Amino acid sequence: MEVPILKQGPFLIATIQTALHDADLVQLRDAIVEKVGKLRAKGVIVDVTALDVIDSFSTRTLSDVAHMIRLRGANTVIVGIQPEVAFAMVQLGLVLEDVATALDLEEGLAFLNGKDRKGERTVPRRR
Amino acid sequence: MTSVSNQNEVRPPAAEQPLETKRLLLKELVAHLREQRTQAREDWARRIQEANLLTAMSSEEIFAEATSVYDNYVEALATGTFEALQAYARNLSERIIPRGVETNEVVGIVLLLRDVLARSLFSKYRSDFAMLNRILDAYEPAANRIAITVAVGFVQERERTIREQQEAIRELSTPVLQVRERLLILPIVGLIDPQRARQLTEQLLRGIRANRAKVVVIDITGVAAMDTSVANHLVQTVEASRLLGATVIVSGLSPEIAQTLVNIGVELSKMTTVGDLQGGIEEAERLLGYRVVPKLSDAAEPEAV
Repeated sequence: MEVPILKQGPFLIATIQTALHDADLVQLRDAIVEKVGKLRAKGVIVDVTALDVIDSFSTRTLSDVAHMIRLRGANTVIVGIQPEVAFAMVQLGLVLEDVATALDLEEGLAFLNGKDRKGERTVPRRR
Repeated sequence: MTSVSNQNEVRPPAAEQPLETKRLLLKELVAHLREQRTQAREDWARRIQEANLLTAMSSEEIFAEATSVYDNYVEALATGTFEALQAYARNLSERIIPRGVETNEVVGIVLLLRDVLARSLFSKYRSDFAMLNRILDAYEPAANRIAITVAVGFVQERERTIREQQEAIRELSTPVLQVRERLLILPIVGLIDPQRARQLTEQLLRGIRANRAKVVVIDITGVAAMDTSVANHLVQTVEASRLLGATVIVSGLSPEIAQTLVNIGVELSKMTTVGDLQGGIEEAERLLGYRVVPKLSDAAEPEAV
């Protein structure tokens, strides 16, 4: 199943709707990395709200996406990890190291906007 | 089930009687108890007070309860079913447990009633020893079963109350508090065992989600000691919070804990740590872009945030 990648201003938004097979994940990774260059995007949001399981392969692929996109000059933020999923992930030692995360789409956009304006800021200032 | 086996041990002499005779005997017994209702109730209430049981209750209350217990008791004897009595015992326990009535008091009063009734049977059948024996054979197993039902009901109710209270304490022991918009505080006090650590993390993650928190201050001033497993739980909590997009600041690490953590070599470099809760909140406010300005300088020259 293909994941839609939507362009929203300078950002790309990929919302994962259902659990994905490994091949689909790899395809998503490649599609995102390609589109970032083609559309000259400054940031990518991967929304995993719908996922109730995030396994080691998903974690690795997501962190690969983030690192590859950094090499292409843009930022990535993973949004919508459920509390239970987060807890399970840390117990398995899957911590998405060096990858930005945010609560939901709105926070993700705020994060990327902050990066856009101010460079390396982890927590955006309040308006 | 101990209650069943106990009762079977008591029963054999009665079981030898033909069932029909036994039923007749019980019927006669119940008729006698109904007849003796007033007398026996008064005796019983008096003896409860003499034995200094149920001191938490007034004599009117004791008499009122005695009446209900008596009627339920006779009813259980008459019908041979214990559901109504069981329900009543549970209800009674629910009412008297909060008033500090102890298990020995409840067992005591039921045994007293058994005794009062047995005495009244003695005085009635004094002349006919064989009849007395048969009546007691019919009465005792039922009376024992009633005593057990009431006592077990009471203990079960008490255990239920204790479980509820434990649950409440557990809930209360890990409050997740919002001090500013998007800033949560999680003060941890006391011992942390794996179960509590888990619950703590779950509540924090849920709190982050519900309050859309951006920064969390975990204050461990109240934690006396920390070992490897607790430290690892802390690290896991910090990482899980980050996955939800929240930054965690740990505050209140005592010198002893700091030394322990360095000695056992727990990886704490990924955590932001601050000396005390005040520092933690100040750091969190800084991260959120808040700025606390005293009123005086506010009037003089308000700085832009």
